[in-house]
Amino acid sequence: MSYAAVHDDEHHDHKPTGIGRWLFSTNHKDIGTMYLVFALIMFFIGGAMAMVIRLELFQPGLQYVDPQFFNSMTTVHALVMIFGAVMPAGVGLANWMIPMMVGAPDMAMPRMNNMSFWILPFAFTLLLSTFFMQGGAPAGGWTMYPPLVLQLGDGLPFLIFAVHFLGLSSIMGAINIIATVFNMRAPGMTFMRLPLFVWTWIITAFLLIAAMPVLAGGVTMLLTDRFFGTAFFDAAGGGDPVMFQHVFWFFGHPEVYILVLPSFGIISQIIPTFARKPLFGYASMVYATASIAFLSFFVWAHHMFTVGMPLAGELFFMYATMAIAVPTGVKVFNWTATMWKGSMTFETPMLFSIGVLFMFTLGGFTGLMMGITPVDFQYHDTYFIVAHFHYVLVPGIVFGIVAGVYYWLPKWTGHMYDETLGKWHFWLSTISVNILFFPMHFLGLAGMPRRIPDYNTQFTDWNQIISIGGLAFGLSQLILVWVVIKCIRGGEKATDQVWEGAHGLEFTLPSPPPFHSFTTPPEVTDATAHS
Amino acid sequence: MSVDKLKRTVLGAIAASFFLVSGAVFAAIGDMPLNLTKGVTETSQRVYDLHMIILYIVTVIGIIVFSVMCWSIFHHRKSKGAVAAQFHHSTTAEIAWTIIPIIILVAMAVPATKTLIFMEQTGDAEMTLKVTGYQWKWKYDYLDEGVTVWSALDQASNEARQRDSGIDPGTVENYLLDVDNPIVLPVNTKIRILTTAADVIHAWWVPALGWKRDAIPGFINDNWTNIKEPGVYRGQCAELCGKDHGFMPIVVRAVSKQEYAAWIEEQKAAALAAADGANREWAKDELLAKGKEVYAANCVSCHQANGNGVEGLFPALNGSAIVNGPAADMINILLNGKNLMPAFKEQLNDADLAAVMTHERNSWDNTAKDIIQPADVKAAR
Repeated sequence: MSYAAVHDDEHHDHKPTGIGRWLFSTNHKDIGTMYLVFALIMFFIGGAMAMVIRLELFQPGLQYVDPQFFNSMTTVHALVMIFGAVMPAGVGLANWMIPMMVGAPDMAMPRMNNMSFWILPFAFTLLLSTFFMQGGAPAGGWTMYPPLVLQLGDGLPFLIFAVHFLGLSSIMGAINIIATVFNMRAPGMTFMRLPLFVWTWIITAFLLIAAMPVLAGGVTMLLTDRFFGTAFFDAAGGGDPVMFQHVFWFFGHPEVYILVLPSFGIISQIIPTFARKPLFGYASMVYATASIAFLSFFVWAHHMFTVGMPLAGELFFMYATMAIAVPTGVKVFNWTATMWKGSMTFETPMLFSIGVLFMFTLGGFTGLMMGITPVDFQYHDTYFIVAHFHYVLVPGIVFGIVAGVYYWLPKWTGHMYDETLGKWHFWLSTISVNILFFPMHFLGLAGMPRRIPDYNTQFTDWNQIISIGGLAFGLSQLILVWVVIKCIRGGEKATDQVWEGAHGLEFTLPSPPPFHSFTTPPEVTDATAHS
Repeated sequence: MSVDKLKRTVLGAIAASFFLVSGAVFAAIGDMPLNLTKGVTETSQRVYDLHMIILYIVTVIGIIVFSVMCWSIFHHRKSKGAVAAQFHHSTTAEIAWTIIPIIILVAMAVPATKTLIFMEQTGDAEMTLKVTGYQWKWKYDYLDEGVTVWSALDQASNEARQRDSGIDPGTVENYLLDVDNPIVLPVNTKIRILTTAADVIHAWWVPALGWKRDAIPGFINDNWTNIKEPGVYRGQCAELCGKDHGFMPIVVRAVSKQEYAAWIEEQKAAALAAADGANREWAKDELLAKGKEVYAANCVSCHQANGNGVEGLFPALNGSAIVNGPAADMINILLNGKNLMPAFKEQLNDADLAAVMTHERNSWDNTAKDIIQPADVKAAR
């Protein structure tokens, strides 16, 4: 939190000081900063858990942890990374950038903004405190499938209430973003002139509002099953354990796009800037994003093909899943066409965006493969799926967020970051992330199930390579922390436009921007809009 | 000239070492597991073919898309003096890259649909095997024969996989992929396989058969297989089912129909002999010896080898009031279960139950030191 204290000292805004500035903050930049710092801390906590997993899997046999604790590691790693790192990072970027991008002074509902952030530390205190309880931390997988999850000890209600709080926080954040974009756009900033990052976030916000209550309902039924004698998911009482999976994935699949769409938005800002060329197919990008979001509500059961659905159901979910490849393909082609015949330079944000383009596409290919139901019967619950979703989540989404941080860091701090260190960060991350996740495809195809603490000796070599890649990737991320700290403390002065090819309202403000972004709304014309 | 020569030499050296390194890497990878198995059933073969077709299609698409990106990255860069064009849409291109993927997807959907329909034809099976998942073992019921087989991780793997066991897993044959009682199935027979579970959700998966299917408590899933080649096929539970999810393998021994019939007769005879155990008086040593085996196979993963359990999860048997208390109460818990403790009524016969209780009452610091006879258990059922 210390890092924002320096960057706006040259403005004459009224702003609170001391700890109260952060606790009671209603400022979109301060809250955005807190979200980003929180996300970074959780990224390292979740990463530490991944290190425990990779340490235990470095060789066959059990050396360091018990199977139960191993299961807690995989479960809480996922919960922390998804709800603690990626989602708050996305909201943090939205908080910082959306008011500046639409020409507003702040978010529409600043007090709710404060509350939606401050819920998070409490929610994660609940979740992480379960490590010290009878029965330990959640160990039934982040998907919380009953009946297994109901075997958890005292931690179960803490898990469930943590999920409720996280949902509450996300919904408040989403309402705020929608209210801001719908009501506070500057004159002339029509919907079809909005920067794509803003577009992807509006669509994400609608997904959040539609999906999070479904999750809340599902986990509430777990709570009543355990403590109040209901049998929603217990066949012995007339319930159905698979029903939970339907409910969960009705949330869970849109959740995938909640995570990825902001990253799509970020690279849609960055690629045109560094290609010095307008985004190709702006309108089709918007429609493709909306189509992906719409379709995401009709494909949930592809996460659970092996539960035994009727043939017609399996066929429906297979076709619907394959259909998502079309708008996703359109986006990839549009980004490629944006680079085509551009005048490209490769500063760190562009490098990370190109990384997203290549490696997200790779994750998309394996996603298509798993959408094919009969083959998924082999891939399901193996390391193949672990490889797939990590490709999409790490080089697909985390790289996108990191690209955004490098892209806007000079705007936030007023200083350029250290380009050499940034490039080191990119290349080390890219090499290690592939050493980490690519061999997982082989392990999965060769038959190694996921979520196991120990394995047959035929899998040893790949697991050792993966663990080494994991350690290298984890250590590489420390460079980011160093770059950010260094950039806050000083460096070459950033211009208002920061990047030669940058467009958009945020680059008409000084670097760093004033405490209240636009006190008088700017007039937006085609020339000053992103598209 | 000499600079050029130097450049060429350096580039040549880099290229040569690149090929050497990648050659070594490929040689090493050649021995490492890489791809899906072709398996031993028509289903697994079809699934493998479909997997390869899709892999080739996405590889070709990937090469094309990535080549365009790379071309652009290398040629359309500012440092090469590229001047940015200002086009920002092309309706033709956008329609083309919407329609072409749709055509490719439809082409993929056709064989996928055919394979799926083939896999879902569970009718006209010649025999039925019911698979029930337990934490953490499998029960197999040969429904046409009335034969039941319990199958859990084998002793050698189980010892080696304990933390700090000091046993190198490399010395254990088929580490974690071997069981105490493999199941036997006949080849060239359409076998209906029903999956269900007793406690939490498991998934029964033998890669060589070409599919996996969840085993869900309270529900029965319907699958089939027809194994073409005799052999031993190994698999594992594929759905997280708690602490020992990684330790409940599956071993299928596929044999000729004659061998299968002989094996079934053996199983029936063994079941009769075991049921007989309750009809005679057992000696203490006999019970203790058998009890030790039963404990290692059924109890140790929760209550631990030292009988101290796992705090907060699984209660200690060492010094337990129940283990040292009246025999009737202990028999009741073993038969009917309690909280997370499963009911062993069906899993173990009278002699096994009597033996394991005798073992527990005489082990560690326990003071009961008495004997429970199989007849006592039989009477309590």
